[in-house]
Amino acid sequence: MPNITELAAIATQKAQSLGIKKFDIYGSTVDEASVQVDNGDPKQVKASNRASVMVRVWNDDNTMGVTTTTDVEPSGLESALQLAQEASHFGAKEHVADFSPAAQEPLPEVTHRQVPQSDISTLLEHLKGAEKKLLEAHPAINGVPYNGLSQRDTARFYLNSAGAMRQEARSLSSVYLYSKAEQEGKRPRSAGAFRVSADLAELDIQGCLDETAEKTISHLDYDKVETGKYRVVFSPEAFLSLLGAFSNLYNAQSILDKRSLSTEDSLGTELASSLLTVTDDVLHEGNIGKTAFDDEGTPTRPVALIENGILKNFLHSAGTAKRMNAQPTGHANIGAKVTVSPHFYHVSPGTPAEQTYSLENAENVVYIDDLQALHAGVKALQGAFSLPFDGWLVNKGKRVSIESATVAGDFRELLKAIIYVEPNAKVTPGGVCPHVWVEGLSITGE
Amino acid sequence: MPSTTLLTKELPELQYEAQRDRFDESWRAPLSTLLGLGRAAGADFVEFFLERVNYISCLAEDDGIGSVSPRLVTGAGVRVFRGTADCYVSTNDLTFSGLKSALEKALAIMGLNLPGPSAFIPEINLELFRDYATIGNKNNWLNECSSMKEMGDVLLAANGKLNEVAAHVASRRAAYFRDWQEVLVAASDGVFARDIRLTQSVGYSLLCEQEGDRASINKRVGATNNPHFLRTWQYGDDAQEVAESAGNMLHADYVESGNYPVVMANEFGGVIFHEACGHLLETTQIERKTSPFSEKKGEKIAHENLTAWDEGLSPNAFGTIDMDDEGMPVQRTLLIENGILKNFLSDRAGCMRTGHPRTGSGRRQGYTFAAASRMRNTYIAPGDFTNDDIFGSIEKGIYCKKMGGGSVGPTGEFNFSVDEAYQIENGKVTKPLKGATLIGEAKDIMQRISMSSQDLGLAAGFCGSISGSIYVTVGQPHIKVDEITVGGR
Repeated sequence: MPNITELAAIATQKAQSLGIKKFDIYGSTVDEASVQVDNGDPKQVKASNRASVMVRVWNDDNTMGVTTTTDVEPSGLESALQLAQEASHFGAKEHVADFSPAAQEPLPEVTHRQVPQSDISTLLEHLKGAEKKLLEAHPAINGVPYNGLSQRDTARFYLNSAGAMRQEARSLSSVYLYSKAEQEGKRPRSAGAFRVSADLAELDIQGCLDETAEKTISHLDYDKVETGKYRVVFSPEAFLSLLGAFSNLYNAQSILDKRSLSTEDSLGTELASSLLTVTDDVLHEGNIGKTAFDDEGTPTRPVALIENGILKNFLHSAGTAKRMNAQPTGHANIGAKVTVSPHFYHVSPGTPAEQTYSLENAENVVYIDDLQALHAGVKALQGAFSLPFDGWLVNKGKRVSIESATVAGDFRELLKAIIYVEPNAKVTPGGVCPHVWVEGLSITGE
Repeated sequence: MPSTTLLTKELPELQYEAQRDRFDESWRAPLSTLLGLGRAAGADFVEFFLERVNYISCLAEDDGIGSVSPRLVTGAGVRVFRGTADCYVSTNDLTFSGLKSALEKALAIMGLNLPGPSAFIPEINLELFRDYATIGNKNNWLNECSSMKEMGDVLLAANGKLNEVAAHVASRRAAYFRDWQEVLVAASDGVFARDIRLTQSVGYSLLCEQEGDRASINKRVGATNNPHFLRTWQYGDDAQEVAESAGNMLHADYVESGNYPVVMANEFGGVIFHEACGHLLETTQIERKTSPFSEKKGEKIAHENLTAWDEGLSPNAFGTIDMDDEGMPVQRTLLIENGILKNFLSDRAGCMRTGHPRTGSGRRQGYTFAAASRMRNTYIAPGDFTNDDIFGSIEKGIYCKKMGGGSVGPTGEFNFSVDEAYQIENGKVTKPLKGATLIGEAKDIMQRISMSSQDLGLAAGFCGSISGSIYVTVGQPHIKVDEITVGGR
């Protein structure tokens, strides 16, 4: 693949020959390897080296067309530019995307670690070792049906015909383990865990297997839960997944498309209990995937979303910021229609809590560890959710796994029903979050 | 054909002229050389999968075109087996040297090295070119599809129609995509086959709002192998259906949670079988020991009134393919007959590792994925009952008219959401209900599908799993589930 400088030169030359005056290109390359094991044997090993670029072309009427291609050789790039030029005549006529005004502004300082990849045999040894320890952790654990260890090097760039040019590259390692346990006369039970790190040498594989084993064993003693309203404690991971599912609340593009639970007038309104504060903090030190610029080349920065329960800001692309008289926030995903998405949530306590809660003392509390099937059970445009979950019924510190149940409610009501945001947060791959306590959610069991 | 006396050291001198913009006979020589090289290195089996994609999507938002998004993809994957262990390497580089690099990487991962410079590269005698694209007159399909202008015109007209028939509209969208895919499979057992797939889908997304209540209804139709699909879309009928559903659900009550008998509508109602049973009959699940049906072949796993199929042959259905992604012609596979488990869905690796014969079910999203056993068009067969029989058998229950998505976990627990539901009272469909999620355990629920009607209908769907997101059909007639847990408020 040509490097970014060569790519820019080729694109400029091809664009000129096609009579294209204005264009930009966003691209990425991936070099990855992953392994899976099955009872001590390699199951499947995968490796991939691939590239993809998206070109956007503006015609003389200032309408824009795009094309994505995996062929980044000169002929492939020329084909993509031609197709984008053709598409430009059929693209949106109103609110046409433009270059980000911040595409040449200084970037935040982000240290990206690039680590040489270990060989496959090393990955396999690590994973086989983890699988073996997991199988030995309890006699009931009879398989680790889903497991994987991977390394990935990614590079991304943005350039445009006005002279912007940015690039960054980083490494990422990850491991997941999902074990299954069976006991005579009882239903099979399962649980899993996931870890990421920039460097395989620092990847917490032991922590991943310890968590998987502990959770799986804890689900062996299970019971049905009675249907009703419960005080619920969300694990950091569960609360973050729910927050992500309803991100249209602060997504400026969704708001402009009238496909959000918020409107342009929602800023400054009370969205949640004053106990809650949420920031989208891509630059947080715990974010392994931190990035210095978005797909439009806009520098990234932390954005306060909810402060003491009040909706403070929306996430913007260059286009939404222009339409809403705001500044781009570095959250754009490039495309024929530019979309907006969060990077990395940081959930923290808002106003000081008048009352604190503890699982050691609480009675009849449902602890939700993992929410499932969010793609199906979340009605993001209605604010409703009805989701199966893994968790426990907790009484004064004693927990019993819940056999099969769902939790349902309205997300905006849930935010207002928060009664406690614990002070100690956990750094997860998707964000930083403490345990969050919510009053009166509907649980369906038996 | 490569020379029968080709030596490894002669590889750099080879000049192959494979067609860059078409997978045809010109790919025989380079691929057979590379397959031979893989075998010479000690691989038990080697397979190349080559892919070109010309994809475009178009979105109409209210009365304007929001986006037109073309995508061009070229790529290849090489799979190397040593015993039953395998490795898969993918690349964008379709030159001979690019494919050779991918092969070398795969071999190295499997602990194999290219033979020395004086080693002979064995011949791989590929079969006569099995060109389903030419046999099926598919080579000109791409040119026969709707132009960008026509896409925009149809979607704007469709969105206008939706505005005419729907009330309290907050947002309306009509979206279309066309996925043209050319694939070539060449393998060391002699497979050499090409196909062109054309998959298209169009649908509505309607959001209605009144007095603080909201209803969001989606409807999607899809087809394969029909270049004229979009221009023949009967959007008026779909607009009417979507508007009616949204109107019914706008002020619906939330469902009261509990255990109920339910009637599941035909067409997309078939997602229950897809999630609760279909996935558990894939050999990928058998390999992982995550299917409760692993050792049940020939045994009764479902109600005696239930028969189910998976096939790739229904004309124009969303999961229809002429060959799978391992070059095997597809089949019609009987899964369950009168409650008895008859067959599993198996790909090459699944066959090696579980012994269940291949069924033409090796499928993948694209070149970055190795094929795995996946469903195609999967449905419950029509039964002997009428819809009146089914509804009439229920005193109090839930009618699930429109299903959302779902999933199944490693212990066989499944769940899926219901987008449009109604109360059943004394055999009659009464008030609309929203917010329902159905949960259960596969082996329990299969015994409770006690009645099947005669109105089998199929619906287009997307299925995400180990080998990516693929196009599938789900289907069934109206069915009755004697009892299921309904999560609500």
